[in-house]
Amino acid sequence: MKKAILYLNQFFGQIGGEDVADFAPEIREGLIGPALPLNQKLKGVAEVTHTIICGDNFMGSNQDEAIETILEFLKDKEFDIFFAGPAFRAGRYGSACGNICKAVKEKFNVPVVTSMNDENPGVEMFKSEMYILKGGASAAKMRLDVKDMANLGIKLLKGEEILSAEEEGYYGRGKRHQKWLNPPVNATDRVIDMLLKKIRGEKFTTELPIPELDLVPIAPAIKDMSKAKIALATSGGIVPVENPDRIQSASATRWGKYDISKLDNLPSGVFKTIHAGYDPAAADANPDVCVPLDALRAYEKEGRIGKVHDYFYTTVGTGTTQKEAARMGREIVEDMLSAGVDAVILTST
Amino acid sequence: MVKEIEKAGITVVQMANLIPVAKTVGANRMVPTISIPYPLGDPNTSQENQWKLRYHRVGVALDSLETDIDKQTVFKVKI
Repeated sequence: MKKAILYLNQFFGQIGGEDVADFAPEIREGLIGPALPLNQKLKGVAEVTHTIICGDNFMGSNQDEAIETILEFLKDKEFDIFFAGPAFRAGRYGSACGNICKAVKEKFNVPVVTSMNDENPGVEMFKSEMYILKGGASAAKMRLDVKDMANLGIKLLKGEEILSAEEEGYYGRGKRHQKWLNPPVNATDRVIDMLLKKIRGEKFTTELPIPELDLVPIAPAIKDMSKAKIALATSGGIVPVENPDRIQSASATRWGKYDISKLDNLPSGVFKTIHAGYDPAAADANPDVCVPLDALRAYEKEGRIGKVHDYFYTTVGTGTTQKEAARMGREIVEDMLSAGVDAVILTST
Repeated sequence: MVKEIEKAGITVVQMANLIPVAKTVGANRMVPTISIPYPLGDPNTSQENQWKLRYHRVGVALDSLETDIDKQTVFKVKI
């Protein structure tokens, strides 16, 4: 039988309430509190061998020490899966569950499962990194949430296919998966079906759900364009043909900047696209259709703009997670700021 | 990327074919392009036409950078 370990806070670990929230981590053999129903719901596929208890405040204010202590507890234990919570709507507990799950997953490379209510800030903090099941608002939902955790745990332990976030009831992790439809319906048929439903005012489900809007303040207009330094940037994967920075063709984690100070356009054969998400023929034949250096250079010669920035910035925007895109964006903008770039034309494909 | 650039206070325009996606992602200044594989020049048209289109739309992008806006705005193109 497989082995599981469960993490609880001081309250569910039956130590006490807020007054003992600074309880230092302990590991107990056997089942405490929610470990009992969890053990039962694992239906003999796995047994819960140990329960770890740590006060929420201890984890909150001594996070490194708490995690280190717990990892030390686990070092000589055999376990195939790690559970934490459910944390319901308890913010500190949710954050603690996320932190310990993340550390355990990284250190021991076992699957980790937790459960939180959608109002729990731990969801936003950790949902991209682990399975967080959609849980109830309070301990009244304990049985249900524990059952969900056990069910997903069983699937993970048996190596069964984990379905989409919606089907399994965990928070979307921002990962895209290839999916084989049975029976197969090709994309053109699916999109027409969707369109017809939309026209008829019927409900339809998008295949490209987009996370909620998070708008940034609008940057001010450029006052004097004739003095402005304009940079070009793209997510269309235009690079020098040898792709010197080895930017990935999909799910990129790298970006590049390339000198265009002596060029009036991006010649074919010198630049190309490595983007795996579109037909490269047109962009390879004339990279300016993607990064319009020729047009911008013309405006520079006319005096419409002050200067084209000496470098253009590039990465690949297919399969790239929003998190990676944001990180690369921050790195790129740092470079732009230090170069005194006033404005950017970003082309996306 | 567009949001991180704008967050840093650098004025940015996104030229995109999928304007609804750009909008949802959070771009504030947007100029439409004509396709995904060739945003600014249809290879089935003459070089001259491609150049005209590209020059025009990059010009609109520059206009957008000079325009004060108070909400997400898609700038209109003529060709």
